[in-house]
Amino acid sequence: MTALQIIFLLAAAVILISAVMVTATRNMVHAALWLIATLFGVAVIFAVLEAGFLAVVQVVVYIGAIAIMFIFAVMLTRREMLDKGPQMNKRAWLAGILCVVIFASLIYMLSSWVGFNQIPLLVGNADTLTLLGQSLLLPSAYLLPFEVASVLLLAALVGAVYVASNRKQEEK
Amino acid sequence: MQDPIGNLYNWLMGWLVSWGVDQAISNILLSLVGIVILVTIAMVLDVFLVWIERKVVARFQDRLGPNRIGPWGIFQPFADIIKLLIKEDTTPNGADVFVFNLAPILSLASVLLLWAVLPIAEVVFGVDLNVALLYIVAAGAIGTLSVIMAGWSSNNKFALVGAYRMVANMISYEIPMVVILLIPAILTGSMSMLTISQSQEQYWFVLVVPLAALVFLISAIAELGRSPFDLNEGESEIVSGFHIEYSGMKFGLFYAGELLHAFTFGAFISILFFGGYNGPGVTQMPVLGVFYFFIKAMIGYWIIMWVKYTVPRIRIDHMLYFNWKFLVPFSISILVMTAVMHKSLSGYETPVYVGGMLAANLVLGWITIEILRAQARKQRKMDDPNSRVVAELTH
Repeated sequence: MTALQIIFLLAAAVILISAVMVTATRNMVHAALWLIATLFGVAVIFAVLEAGFLAVVQVVVYIGAIAIMFIFAVMLTRREMLDKGPQMNKRAWLAGILCVVIFASLIYMLSSWVGFNQIPLLVGNADTLTLLGQSLLLPSAYLLPFEVASVLLLAALVGAVYVASNRKQEEK
Repeated sequence: MQDPIGNLYNWLMGWLVSWGVDQAISNILLSLVGIVILVTIAMVLDVFLVWIERKVVARFQDRLGPNRIGPWGIFQPFADIIKLLIKEDTTPNGADVFVFNLAPILSLASVLLLWAVLPIAEVVFGVDLNVALLYIVAAGAIGTLSVIMAGWSSNNKFALVGAYRMVANMISYEIPMVVILLIPAILTGSMSMLTISQSQEQYWFVLVVPLAALVFLISAIAELGRSPFDLNEGESEIVSGFHIEYSGMKFGLFYAGELLHAFTFGAFISILFFGGYNGPGVTQMPVLGVFYFFIKAMIGYWIIMWVKYTVPRIRIDHMLYFNWKFLVPFSISILVMTAVMHKSLSGYETPVYVGGMLAANLVLGWITIEILRAQARKQRKMDDPNSRVVAELTH
């Protein structure tokens, strides 16, 4: 049992338990907080796999923006924040069967992958950050998808501003 | 003397291995010891900061400050801590107990996380992350989370509104802060704080990008939630916002976390723009860097306190207007100008480079001031009831 395996097992346990608690808890803000614990566990796994940049970006984007947006959405749209709904609806048994089927098929598909039984090859002090930067900016790598993604973000931003301002003018 | 931490580590490692402890386990043990020592230094400094804060605010307000307990009142923070510890630890009715207790812990933890990447000297630092600048933003995100948790779990409307305002403040001012954090990364080519400090051995970055230092100071003060951006905790405004239900040592944790956060941002300003641990004589004796680092961090902290105790509070809509309509475009234009000028001047020797960048900064600052003056003139004409322009526009 190397230290890497122990850390991975701890992080995986945190992720799985938090993910189950997201669905099992009755309080919605608690569910959002358990989601934050899950996302933090994923950031730990990124760090273990030597993707330090992705680990930090995971915390900044997922926890610092998306989870906070979830919490605000819950707080601003519930009439009373302590309300607790029923835990499961009538078709819960069907959802359980579907979960087991999907889990079994994922394990079956992954077991035919080469890396299923191997410990990942970690290169030590690889300068992955420079590699990431170069792959985003070289025309032979991923420059075009990078620019297209930024145009997409610009379109989303302009659309959001237009929708918000349009509604304000209608209210006047 | 050249590398005290490294020598101490090797000596302790040899000691532990000779006792028969496994290499990997002794590595982990020594890392834990290092973490405990760093956190202890930060928290002892925090106690000292309470005294500094009270003395400085007193001097700004033309009075003496605490001077009864100990010479110059230096034992006053200990009296404060004892008072906070023996206060009753209340939990409001209907509060969410687990989240209520977790919020001050996360708030202080998010500040202590920042101390891992501060290069106190060239050989004294926690860890040399190559994504340290993003790590700082991530720790700030955890601080934002703790504010929401505090505001929501208090079961109190004032706390909730204060928390909403504070979070709107913090996430808005993260944008100019992140854009300005890109500027030392451009000038150095690396996001690591140690590399940024090392590359300021010849000239400080404040000589090359003074506008960026100014915008970073403003957005840092807003991120901290300190005056003049302290809508969440103004006693006259919102009855101290999300702090309201916290008593005793939990409030102490919030307060200590805020002071330590302010000092840490003073340290960031000094590392990013004022040379960090660099100073005369540091290349021969690297440990002297610790001394220079703390002096510069104290000066940065003093500037933050100076702003706090001089200017009045800013209203929430003015605060958000200032960020989105002025600071964000301004910081992006500083970034573009710095990138272009750095690339075009990078071939020349140092005096030409520094002079050219400084001139470009001054030109951009002058253009910005002229645009603001034109805007202010137009606004004044609109507000003036006797003006001919308004009469023309309304008929």
